[in-house]
Amino acid sequence: MTAKNPSACRNFIGIDIGSTATKVVVLDDHEIRETMVLPTGWSSVEVAEEVRERLEALDYLIPDSYVVATGYGRVAVDFADRTITEITCHGRGGYELMGSDGTMIDIGGQDTKTITVENGLPKSFLMNDKCSAGTGKFLEIMANRLGVTLPELFDLAARGQVLPISAMCTVFAESEVISHIGNGEKREDIAAGVVDSVIRRVAGLALRHGLEGQKVFLTGGLSSSPYIVESLSRVLEMPVHTHPTLGRYAGALGAALLGRQKILKRRG
Amino acid sequence: MPLLQQTSLQLPANFETYAEGKQKGFLRMKELKEQGRQVVGVFCSFVPLEIIHAAGLIPVGLCSFSEESIPAGERDLPRNLCPLIKASYGYAVSDTCPYFYFSDLIVGETTCDGKRKMFELMNEIKPTYVMQLPHQRSEVALQVWRDEIIRLKEKLEDFFDVTIAEDDILQAISDKNRERKAVLSYLELGKNKPSPISGYEMGTRLDAGAFSFDIEERIHSMETRVAEIMEEYEQNKDQLDPERPRVIITGCPNAGVRDKVIRRVEELGADVVGFDACNGTREKVELVDENEPDVYLALAKKYLDINCSVMSPNPSRIEYLSNMIDEYQADGVIEVILQACHTFNIESHFVRRMVNEKGKAYLGIETDYSTSDSGQISTRLAAFVETMSF
Repeated sequence: MTAKNPSACRNFIGIDIGSTATKVVVLDDHEIRETMVLPTGWSSVEVAEEVRERLEALDYLIPDSYVVATGYGRVAVDFADRTITEITCHGRGGYELMGSDGTMIDIGGQDTKTITVENGLPKSFLMNDKCSAGTGKFLEIMANRLGVTLPELFDLAARGQVLPISAMCTVFAESEVISHIGNGEKREDIAAGVVDSVIRRVAGLALRHGLEGQKVFLTGGLSSSPYIVESLSRVLEMPVHTHPTLGRYAGALGAALLGRQKILKRRG
Repeated sequence: MPLLQQTSLQLPANFETYAEGKQKGFLRMKELKEQGRQVVGVFCSFVPLEIIHAAGLIPVGLCSFSEESIPAGERDLPRNLCPLIKASYGYAVSDTCPYFYFSDLIVGETTCDGKRKMFELMNEIKPTYVMQLPHQRSEVALQVWRDEIIRLKEKLEDFFDVTIAEDDILQAISDKNRERKAVLSYLELGKNKPSPISGYEMGTRLDAGAFSFDIEERIHSMETRVAEIMEEYEQNKDQLDPERPRVIITGCPNAGVRDKVIRRVEELGADVVGFDACNGTREKVELVDENEPDVYLALAKKYLDINCSVMSPNPSRIEYLSNMIDEYQADGVIEVILQACHTFNIESHFVRRMVNEKGKAYLGIETDYSTSDSGQISTRLAAFVETMSF
């Protein structure tokens, strides 16, 4: 990729290819012009191509834009000018949405991370290790097992009493859920147990990272669920903030902002 | 805002990989055995090598850093165990490590629980003598360890039918101290800013050098390399990037994860400048006191002060690392924790706290020798470098 002429860049595009969803944010010099979300599907390369087509259909042409890719599929975006890790992008985007320093918690499709931002920049972070418990994947698997969608799972959970799931591993937890179903337990209670299990894993990671004196901000697709936000707040025993509409775009927004920052600096 | 550009690592023309060094050493050792020399395989930094040298024996470290022998190790050992222990035992039990094969006796110490119990299994393959290492630093511990060193001397005398004279111990102390100084001057090249040598080269050369079995040769090779590097540095110093973040590696032995952690973070734009590890400065910083009339006490004192996390409490490691951060002008610390190494894993709490209090970046990586988590580690390393670069 050859370096673009800074004055030719009218749009700043952030593309966050997560394991489940791909998020795109388009900025101009001043504000957000466009957001979009697509399922990642099985191929990052294909979804990247689809993003390019959709952007061009909306007249955001790649040669006029500075593109930063992030997320686990970031290397698949062959038209990106830069790649930056999702940790830095989430930190930057979360800071923008939160409007202040603090600690971001991002529950992703295959990993969960906490990122502390100081003076607008990511200072430290902690990610879960190679295990899907405490991630969106866990919820997805359990929702499938209960035959419901994620929003339905949260609705059920809100009406249930937590039926504890003790297994630490997704595979074993799934067997536990199956035996709960077999024992005729209420779906509401199982759903509440499933969500509670994830929230406790996420909270464990966040507390290990350290939240003392921090403003806590939840990003990622799950941040639009009031039930998740309330549950996390209850377990952490502190307020959890979110952005009403843009929480899931934190990574893509951060990518676009970091790209814009770079170009504006080059323009001088 | 410096967004990072990946770079490839510049290695010198005569660079020898760890595997190459290990290979070459096989032949050297075979020749020595054919000349009638006898070999002691050792585990961990606490074994006083001076006693082995004084007996005219050749010590060789048997800690293993490769994934290939782990399946053999896991036939007898639990999977959820340190990869270094599984790999070392795996080589022994499958008879695929020439150094183990050439060893006449194995000497280990009770550092961590994993090794301590593994030695019981290893003893069924080859005579394995275990020194009882106390896990604290006190007057009592010092006396116990001094006695253990004398017992090791007696064991070697008995096993190999030799006599170890005090003069020979004194000579060995002096030789090993000179070697420590040479290695330290090499490892401390990283104090220069910008760093004149990649951490990947630094660690590889040092570890591969352990397969030369002649102290004088090792000293010479270190001194030569330091001189070469400094000469080159005087000429090209201005071309090096002074903005690259500077990182210290701490924690467990890192040779088994050198590619996926050390090489990778340097490719991502940081310089690894220092090693607080047993294949770093940890065993080198304190010399054996050559003026102490009781040689066993002098040895006991030096070895008991090694800052391994098996010591409890172990505040001197935190103090040492804190000074290191200042002296090497480090921007961050990466702590390498091998899977199931409880002592380093728990002690990481204090390391992280100290590093954060100094306003530096900290990244803990718990991993094993496999490459299955290279992608995840790479993302963390990239983010870590990004946090130090803004």
